[in-house]
Amino acid sequence: MSTETAAPAGSPAKASAQDAIKSNLREYGLIIALIAIMLFFQFTTSGILFKPVNLTNLVLQNSYIVVMALGMLLVIVAGHIDLSVGAVAGFVGAAAAVLMVDYGFNPFLAAAICIALGAVIGGAQGYFVAYMKIPSFIVTLAGMLVFKGLLLWLLGGRSLGPFPTEFQMLSAGFIPDFIGPWTIVAPTPNAAGNPTQGTGIVLHATTMIIGILIVALMLWFALKSRRDRESHGYEAEPFGFFIAKNVVLAGIILFLMYKFASYKGLPNVLIVMGVLIAGFVFLTKRMTFGRRIYAMGGNIKAAALSGINTERLTFYIFSIMGALAGLAGLIYAARLNQATPKAGAGMELDVIAAVFVGGASAMGGVGEVAGAVIGAFIMGVMNNGMGIMGINIDWQQVIKGLVLLGAVAFDLYNKKKA
Amino acid sequence: MDDIILEMRNITKTFPGVKALENVSLQVRRGDIHAICGENGAGKSTLMKVLSGVYPIGSYSGDIHFEGKECRFTGIHDSEKLGIVIIHQELALVPMLSIAENMFLGNEQATAGIIDWNKVRRRAAELLRKVGLREDPDTLITNIGTGKQQLVEIAKALAKDVKLLILDEPTASLSEKDSQALLDLLLEFKAQGMTSIMISHKLNEIKRVADRITVIRDGQTIETMDKADVTEDRIVTSMVGRALENRYPPRDPRIGETIFEVKNWSVYHPLHPERQVIRNVDLHVKKGEVVGIAGLMGAGRTEFAMSVFGRSWGVNITGEVFLHGKKADTSTVNKAVEAGLAYATEDRKVYGLNLIDHIKHNVTIANLPAVSSKAGVIDDMGELKVANEYRRKTNIRSSSVYQIAGNLSGGNQQKVVLSKWLFANPDVLILDEPTRGIDVGAKYEIYTIIGKLAAEGKGVLVISSEMPELLGICDRIYVLNEGRIVGEMPAAEASQEKIMRAIMRGQAREEQLERAAS
Repeated sequence: MSTETAAPAGSPAKASAQDAIKSNLREYGLIIALIAIMLFFQFTTSGILFKPVNLTNLVLQNSYIVVMALGMLLVIVAGHIDLSVGAVAGFVGAAAAVLMVDYGFNPFLAAAICIALGAVIGGAQGYFVAYMKIPSFIVTLAGMLVFKGLLLWLLGGRSLGPFPTEFQMLSAGFIPDFIGPWTIVAPTPNAAGNPTQGTGIVLHATTMIIGILIVALMLWFALKSRRDRESHGYEAEPFGFFIAKNVVLAGIILFLMYKFASYKGLPNVLIVMGVLIAGFVFLTKRMTFGRRIYAMGGNIKAAALSGINTERLTFYIFSIMGALAGLAGLIYAARLNQATPKAGAGMELDVIAAVFVGGASAMGGVGEVAGAVIGAFIMGVMNNGMGIMGINIDWQQVIKGLVLLGAVAFDLYNKKKA
Repeated sequence: MDDIILEMRNITKTFPGVKALENVSLQVRRGDIHAICGENGAGKSTLMKVLSGVYPIGSYSGDIHFEGKECRFTGIHDSEKLGIVIIHQELALVPMLSIAENMFLGNEQATAGIIDWNKVRRRAAELLRKVGLREDPDTLITNIGTGKQQLVEIAKALAKDVKLLILDEPTASLSEKDSQALLDLLLEFKAQGMTSIMISHKLNEIKRVADRITVIRDGQTIETMDKADVTEDRIVTSMVGRALENRYPPRDPRIGETIFEVKNWSVYHPLHPERQVIRNVDLHVKKGEVVGIAGLMGAGRTEFAMSVFGRSWGVNITGEVFLHGKKADTSTVNKAVEAGLAYATEDRKVYGLNLIDHIKHNVTIANLPAVSSKAGVIDDMGELKVANEYRRKTNIRSSSVYQIAGNLSGGNQQKVVLSKWLFANPDVLILDEPTRGIDVGAKYEIYTIIGKLAAEGKGVLVISSEMPELLGICDRIYVLNEGRIVGEMPAAEASQEKIMRAIMRGQAREEQLERAAS
């Protein structure tokens, strides 16, 4: 009809700062919550939380949860659930121990075999979900029992370790300082002429350089995407807000990097995590594979009639989840430096909680990688902070449960209001 | 002075970015059937949601008076207490519960929480008699048809001592016969003194039962007219804001060689594999041709289309599909799309759209490779360009391509579904009820798009229950009955009577065959 035309598509929508904050609040609400929780514990632990050594610990303690949360996000966005990840992680860790300790496999080869083993396990469960149409809850509940049992069988009640040093470095190592330490403030020498611990500022130079590079990359991408959007007349947030937002983000990254640099530098496992997180953000935001997962989670019938092979997609998602559970099992085993029959027990609950705290919908179709990662750290900081404060494990559980409930309730309340 | 049962004054309701209603006023006389019509997205359903308390007091401005008293509803419960009951377009029945259980859902006949089943059955039977439905109250909802389900909804409303019954497009998914029965029922209730408000697109129905008609356009009341002054033209003019002289855009068909052909197509029911739903269907579509499939509900039209399109329905499918004269593999949706076929579903909410995602993502989902690199990386800006282009082409009315599909009106949702398939660039489009539940103006736009597609040399197969529509836009019409093609005629020679006769003949033959078999 010629008389009624839609509003011109390209009308530049210059949002006000207020609108921009409002529309970003949901997106950044989680980061703000994480920072608030960290500041709270910084205060109640009289400054221990932000100590470089503790921040490093925080990363090491939560790395395997974050790694699995990435896969769990895909599973939950697709409208499924995976209850078996803890058991699979434990089982794969034990398999790694058997290969390396009992049979003397090369650590790298063993790790590759174990991640592949995880993928196969995930794929097998995915097959039952995707092609046999058995609800994922049931398939993975069965998987949880099976792999818990296999873990016990494999270890026969022993704890197996220690691992070769190279393998331990996965969780205990730090990246080498290629450039050499920067001494900003020389430490005061003690009576013997050696530097006193905890004085002066000596930075891990490579870590700082990486931090600066990350910030530079982030700003470059932010500017590019802003320019792209503007050239299409779309969604240009006010420049002041844009600057403020990116300066704050850059500040946070540099601050954390500085903390790491003043301890031993970046942990190896953080590099692994960082690469995976970046990869999964790209996968979900920019790749057809990710887009199809959201389409399937939003309306599986419409997705199937749009030519998406929903069975194969489901199969792949569970395979990826399995591989990540395998990797997490390796990280966990390397961290303890042994495989134990109790490894992985209950981990699936922490992983699922992280994804839901991070804003994913139990109905599928909604959820973001960044949210899941931040969700994992919110739970992790609470564990860490409450542990330092000396709160008993019983109350820790109660508080974590209430935070999970509260976070999802708050999210739903916000959505309703919007 | 008229006895006014309901008065809504200056109702204004805004959603983020959209003014859905602006100073709408409505007066309904006691004992009337009051029709509300308007294009999709005009604000009819929003108005009814304000009236029934779905949007609570405070979320809109203006006031509501019912039986002389000002109403401040905080939820549906408040309006139901006063006897205002709304029956939504999408029926709200629980399929695996019985008719009686559904009728008293939330209104259980119980003392101290213990259900009195005798009372439930007795009252249910009573109410079912009132609406003229002969079914055992213990029958599960899933086992009765849509027409009967609609009657259960009405019986459910009667169970609540209704004073004002609101029906949102009650006949949208009913067959002709069921629609007539429903309208008769409304007239009967009227004779008993009940007031009802009916939202409808179907002008002939409005003319038949309504005492007064209010037209809403773009969130504003245009006019309220009495039965005596009503003509279809006047309603249409008010609805679209100008006289709509021709309901079907003119076309200059240029028909080429055969582009799409189905031979000897047979399909069996997935749940009852002994039942043959499609029987040896042969049909073809030529380049630039618009071909219609007419038939009654249950004739197997949707089942035929979905079975051809990637075997999305049915089992034991046999037959051959030819595109451009070559045998084509359409055994999965992907292969069918690759071969150049597209199918836009009759049920856009269930099969057509991801309602929780925005327009942009819905438009590109069937052809993502076209906006991404070989490695599967989506070109965000390219995708945005595509979405904007199709939003303009199909005239989707939205604040931007970032509007969530679930928040669009039916007509605009249909345009998103069409955009999705246009972007997949097929040679042959199967459009299943492309204008169901859509207002006159949007229908015209959809017809225009269909005409353009044919002019571009594509083949279009249209399935529709509205015979005038098929006669208006098609070049040739097939008649399907009980899974069999029982007639084929050029549209120029076709008429509603001719189509119906073909169906009747087909039915007679079916009965003969059955007798012969037994």
